[in-house]
Amino acid sequence: MPANFTPSSDDLLRFAPEMILSAAGTLLMVLDPFFAKKMPKLFGHLSIVAFILAIFGALGANSVAGPAFSNLLIVDGFATFFRILVMIIGILTVLLSYRYLDRELSETSEYHALLLFSVVGQSLMVASNDLIMIFIGLEISSIATYILAGYLRDDKRNNEAALKYFLLGSFATGFLLYGVAIVYGLTGTTKLNEIPGLLASQGTSPLVIGVATAMILVGLGFKISGAPFQMWAPDVYQGAPAPVSAFMATAPKAAAFAILIRIFMTSFQPSASGWEPFIWISALLSMTLGNFAALTQNNLKRMLAYSSIAHAGYLLVAVAARSEFGTAAAMFYLAAYALMNIGAFAVVIHISGKGERHLRIEDLAGLGQKQPVTAALLTIFLLSLIGVPLTGGFFGKFYIFHAALKSNLVWLSVLGLLNSAVAAYYYLRLLVVMYMHEPGDVTRSLEPLTPGLGAALVLPAIGTFFLGVMPGVVLTFARNSSLLGK
Amino acid sequence: MDLFFFSLFAFIALICAVNVVLQKHPISSALSLVGVMASLAVLYLLLGAEFVAMSQVIVYAGAVMVLFVFVIMLLNAGIEVHHGRSWMAKLLGFPAFLAILGLLCFFVQRGFPNVGSVRFGDWEGGGAQQVGYALFTEYLLPFEVTSVLILIAIIGAIVLARKELD
Repeated sequence: MPANFTPSSDDLLRFAPEMILSAAGTLLMVLDPFFAKKMPKLFGHLSIVAFILAIFGALGANSVAGPAFSNLLIVDGFATFFRILVMIIGILTVLLSYRYLDRELSETSEYHALLLFSVVGQSLMVASNDLIMIFIGLEISSIATYILAGYLRDDKRNNEAALKYFLLGSFATGFLLYGVAIVYGLTGTTKLNEIPGLLASQGTSPLVIGVATAMILVGLGFKISGAPFQMWAPDVYQGAPAPVSAFMATAPKAAAFAILIRIFMTSFQPSASGWEPFIWISALLSMTLGNFAALTQNNLKRMLAYSSIAHAGYLLVAVAARSEFGTAAAMFYLAAYALMNIGAFAVVIHISGKGERHLRIEDLAGLGQKQPVTAALLTIFLLSLIGVPLTGGFFGKFYIFHAALKSNLVWLSVLGLLNSAVAAYYYLRLLVVMYMHEPGDVTRSLEPLTPGLGAALVLPAIGTFFLGVMPGVVLTFARNSSLLGK
Repeated sequence: MDLFFFSLFAFIALICAVNVVLQKHPISSALSLVGVMASLAVLYLLLGAEFVAMSQVIVYAGAVMVLFVFVIMLLNAGIEVHHGRSWMAKLLGFPAFLAILGLLCFFVQRGFPNVGSVRFGDWEGGGAQQVGYALFTEYLLPFEVTSVLILIAIIGAIVLARKELD
């Protein structure tokens, strides 16, 4: 038997970002006994360095784009875009966490190691060309996130969030795995790009393909918190530590959307007319349920959770368009959404105080008077979440509905736009409380912004403006890489 | 020979499976489950899938069952009844065990001098060599990356189960 056990150097380079992050995660745990007491912030600094190195690794991998490890991985523009996106989210999450972990007197090394490993999983998922790799990446990402959700072990809401997320998440993964097993049974392969040809040549019954597609859609629908699989999101986002909620609402979601698009635009592309109505319904349900439920929330984290369900709905509109432009629009929107959502969570972490006691909307009262800069930055994020021009959120929505109209999804676009109008109400309500109300106890005794939180506010704000003023840069990259596998 | 072994171990597996449900004491149920797993391993061996058979014993009969028994004992389900071991068991236990092991080895060696590979249609494989070869060439990446998954599980166990410091 000819044995060549050594991967080629190109293979290794295409896998570089994951190797860097895994090595850094392991290093963090080795350093734990020496520095955990003396320099708790060291682990965060190291994580940021690792993420930056990994971004360069991802760019390096992109310079030798192509399949790796006997076609299990595929490094293309699409993968690179999402790899860099989840790493940027990783950096911002670390910035969010400095003050939070400090305030809760929590261990830092395992937290940051888990964060690094979670990003390894997401980075692996988005570059996978194989259902097995997708499954392993998804599990790495999910299990790390389950643990992070329950990281503050003595907090009851943390425990509830982690348990709920774990049980429902495992159940959803089970669905995904059933779908994968059926696909493997039908075709004898798990390679995404070989599936459509084999399904067609064997003349498989559409019903069985439909069952497999539905199983995979249910599994991924849970991960992106799209209706009707969104029930877990509000409880989990509310219960988990706030920086983890910010992370959960962005990175795993972006990665899950990436593989949803990759699977459905490559493997299940021929049966698109079959699955499109389901995406259509899920998009409409997510937008409507998310926005209307958010209207009545008084808890900031819960409101942001419902808003994240609504945003998953907008993104599903882009998937339903099932065109290359739709893919590019979804990529752009995910980047814009990640920035504005993390920014909004940064303010929530800032005002919530030890033990996250201040999470009501009224707790923002008078923030505009007491801390005008924080209030101004939150205003940018809220305007972007609404989709006001000059912000990234505006162009994100613009491209999505443009793509939908191009694919003749007129009704979905109209209903989506109506939904955005509803959403404006609950975002604007925060602005009113912040600027029009007299300062309350919370804002009067608010600590000044720490450097970490400040950076986690300013960087996304710059990013949001950049996407809103010069959307062309990112959109061109997204459009060039929206043809998967190139 | 094949048919004889298949019938024997399929029968044992069935008896043990029924016993899992019938036993009142959870530990006895768990031990019956070990019987099911072990018999299944022999069935895999009869198919020629030596690697699957081995993993079946190590993973299920070994790791998973130990976990089961641990949980049962931790939860203190049921009361354990102690019987003093009879002098017969003390005297003959170990030699009898060796004898049975030797007999099994002898029969397996006689019955399957060279275990072939599994065939399903035009697919062939399943031996330790083929599985190992696939794991280290075509499926090298998932095989290695799984280690990260296990590492996370370990960190998670430490994070969630550690005692409060100071």
